[in-house]
Amino acid sequence: MNADFTSEELAFQKEVRTFLESEFPLEFRTKIDANRRLSKEEIICWQKILYKKGWAAPTWPVEFGGTGWSQIQRHIFATEMGLIGAPEPVPFGMKMVAPIIMEYGTNEQQKRFLPDILESNAWWCQGYSEPNSGSDLASLKTTAVREGDEYIVNGAKTWNTYGQYADWIFCLVRTDNTVKKQEGISFLLIEMSSPGITLRPIVLLDGHPEVNEVFFDDVRVPANNLIGEENKGWTYAKLLLTHERSNISGVPRGKRRLGALKRIAADTDDGFGGSMLENSSFKKKVAEVEIELRALEYSELRTLAALSVGKAPGPESSILKIVGTELSQEIDELFVELAAYSCLPFVPEQFEDGFQGVPLGPGNSAYAALNYFNNRKASIYGGSNEIQRNIICKHVLGL
Amino acid sequence: MDFSYTQEQQMLKESVQKFVQKNYAFDARKKIIASEEGYSKENWELFAELGWLTVPFKEEDGGFGGSAVDLTVMMDEFGKSNLVEPFTPTVILSGGLISTLAGNDQKSGLLGPLMEGKLQLACAYAEADSRFNLSSVSTTATVEGDQVNIEGGKINVLNASNADKLLVVARESGGRTDREGISIFLVDSDSEGLLIQPYTNVDGKKAAQVGFASVSIPLTARLGKAGQALSALETVVDRATVAVSAEAVGALEVLLQKTVEYSKTRKQFGSPIGTFQALQHRMADMFIECQLARSIVIMAAMKLDGSDSDVEKSKAVSAAKSRVGKAIEKVGQEAIQIHGGIGMTEELDVGHLFKRVTAIDIQFGNSDYHTAKFASL
Repeated sequence: MNADFTSEELAFQKEVRTFLESEFPLEFRTKIDANRRLSKEEIICWQKILYKKGWAAPTWPVEFGGTGWSQIQRHIFATEMGLIGAPEPVPFGMKMVAPIIMEYGTNEQQKRFLPDILESNAWWCQGYSEPNSGSDLASLKTTAVREGDEYIVNGAKTWNTYGQYADWIFCLVRTDNTVKKQEGISFLLIEMSSPGITLRPIVLLDGHPEVNEVFFDDVRVPANNLIGEENKGWTYAKLLLTHERSNISGVPRGKRRLGALKRIAADTDDGFGGSMLENSSFKKKVAEVEIELRALEYSELRTLAALSVGKAPGPESSILKIVGTELSQEIDELFVELAAYSCLPFVPEQFEDGFQGVPLGPGNSAYAALNYFNNRKASIYGGSNEIQRNIICKHVLGL
Repeated sequence: MDFSYTQEQQMLKESVQKFVQKNYAFDARKKIIASEEGYSKENWELFAELGWLTVPFKEEDGGFGGSAVDLTVMMDEFGKSNLVEPFTPTVILSGGLISTLAGNDQKSGLLGPLMEGKLQLACAYAEADSRFNLSSVSTTATVEGDQVNIEGGKINVLNASNADKLLVVARESGGRTDREGISIFLVDSDSEGLLIQPYTNVDGKKAAQVGFASVSIPLTARLGKAGQALSALETVVDRATVAVSAEAVGALEVLLQKTVEYSKTRKQFGSPIGTFQALQHRMADMFIECQLARSIVIMAAMKLDGSDSDVEKSKAVSAAKSRVGKAIEKVGQEAIQIHGGIGMTEELDVGHLFKRVTAIDIQFGNSDYHTAKFASL
C-alpha cells in the first residue's frame, strides 16, 4: 500500500508545474489572489492557452482532441491547477454536455459541437433546474412539442449560471406527459440567440448576477438538436451525474486557501496584542480544518486508486461532494471570523473590473462575507448534500 | 499509487477473521472478560502459533518485519471483534520499547519468549497528573550503586495484573515535565514494594493502579541510556496510536453495519425505522465518518512507513487520532441512539463496541489533545 507517484508520474507533475508557472498569466494570478473574478474574455484566453498546449480537455479521450490522460495524470493536473489558483475549464461545455454528446450524439452532432467546446469558441450553460423543480428534477415542466422538423419549446429554467455569456444551452425538456415523470424527458440543445428566449438576471447574496432565469416562449429548435432518443434524456443526464464526481473535493484549492488564511491570521491582531494565528480558539479551528482536509485528500486518493484499476466511480464518491463542499464552507467561515468587523462593508463593486474608488480593507477582508454568502451554494448545487446523503442511503447502505 | 492489500496482508486479515469466527462469539468474549485474567491464555497461545505476535518486530530480532500498514490490517480486524487479549500493551507498546531501546543481551531474553507467547508485559507510563503528556513523569528512579530505587505511582496500566514484567517510565533527573532525564526500567512483577491494584476498564480490558514504594531493581534493568528514553517512548506510542486508531475504525464500521441492519428490521409506526429520513441521513453521516476515519488512518500508517521527517510523522499520527476521535463520538453515540433502548443494554454487542471505542478515544490522547499537538508541530 502506498500513495506514491511513479517516476513517470513525477516527471509529468514537474512538466505541469513548469508549464503553469510560466504560462498561467501573472495578471490573472494577481487578480485571483485579490479575489477578483476573471472576465469572460480572460477565462477564454486562459482556456485557449491550454488548448494550444493540447491540455484543454483533460477528461476527454484522444479521438475527440482530449489528452487521453490516466486517472492519476488528471488528478495531478487538477491538483497543480488548484494549487496555483488557475481556473478549471467552465464545466458546462467541457465536463457536462460534451460527455453526453460523445456517448449519445450522432457523428454529425459530435463534429458540429465538440471542436467548438474544445477550442472554447462556444460557451455553454445548463438548463436543468426549474422554478418548481429543484432536487426533484424529474418533475420538470418545460415542454418541447414536435412539429415537423422542429421542437417548439415553452417554459422556464432557473439557476442558469453565466447564461448571459452563453451561446448554447443544454436542456432537459418534457416530450411526453403521459408516462412516469422520468420517462418523458428529452435532452435538447438550444441556441441562446433563438427568438423567444429571454433572460432575467438573478442577483445573489454577494451582489453578483451569477445566475439567471431563462424563459422559453415558443422557441423553435431544429429536431436534429435532440441528443439520442426522444424520452431517454433522464437516463443520459443521470449517467453524467455519476461521471463527474472525480476532482470535486476541491482539496488543492482548500490547501491554497488555508495557506492564505494562515498568512493573513499571522498579520491580524486578536485585539489583545497577540496574533490570530496564535489565538488558541482560532488556532484549533484552523487545525481541525487542516486535519479534515487530509482525511478528504486520502479519501479522494482511495477513490482515485480504485478508478485507476478500472472500477467504476461508485456512490461512495458522494462523500467527496458532501465533505468537500462543507469543508470549503468551513474555510469561508474562518475568513469571516478572521476579518471580523472588516467583512461587514457591502461593496461588491470594489472587486469588479474598473473600480475607481479607494477599496475598503485591510486587504481583501471585505470579500470574506461576500464569499461566505456566495458559497452557501456549494452544498445546494450539483445534487444538494441532502440528495447526496439519499444516494449513500439507497446505493451504499441499502436503506 | 496502490491502496490494495498485498497478498501477505490479505492472508493476515483472513487469518484473524477465521480465528474470530471460530473463537470469538459474543458469549465466548463475555466469559473471557469475566475470568480472573481477563484474557484467554488459549487464545494467546494460538496467536503465537499463528505468528501474530511476531508481526511488528524486525526480522533481525526474529520477527515478521511488519510495517505500520500491516499492523493496521490486524488491528482493524481486532476492532471488529472487540478482542480483549493484551496485544497492544504486550506486543506493540512493551515489545516496541524493548525492540527500540534494549541492548542485544536484554533483547534475546525477552523478545523470544514474547513472540512465543510465554511472556506477558505491561507498560506503565501514565500518572495521576500527566494526562496525555508523555514527558510529565513524577515517578523517580534513583541510582544507588548498582541498584535503582523506584518511587511513585502509575495509573491505568493495561495488562499489569497479568504481566511477568513491567516497563516503567521513571525520572532520573530534571523537573516534572522536562524532556531530558526520563528512563525506562524493566521491573519484575513480584518485586518487593510493588503494589498492583487490578480492575477492569469500561471496555472489559484488565488494567491496574501501580504503586512503587522503594522498589529496588538492578541497574542492568534500565533499557537504553540513562535519561534518554523519551523520544523512543514517543515513537513507540505514535505507532501504537495508529494501531488503536485502526482498531477503532474496524469497530466503528461494525457499529455502522449493525445499526443499518437493525434499522431495516425494527418496525415502529408500521414501518422499518430505516425508512425514516431523519434516521437515514444520520446513518449516511455515520458512513461518511467511517470512511474519513479509515482514510486518515491509512494516511498515518503510510507516513510512518515512509521517509518523511519525524515531525511530519508525528503530525500525521495526531491528525489521525484527532479525526478518529471525532468519528468515535459521532458514530458511537448515533449507534446507541438509533438502536434505542436495546442499545443501552449489556445484552447487545453494540454497547460493548461503543464502550471500547470510547476507551480508544482517550487512549494515548483524545481528539482535543491531538488537535492541539497537530497545531503545535
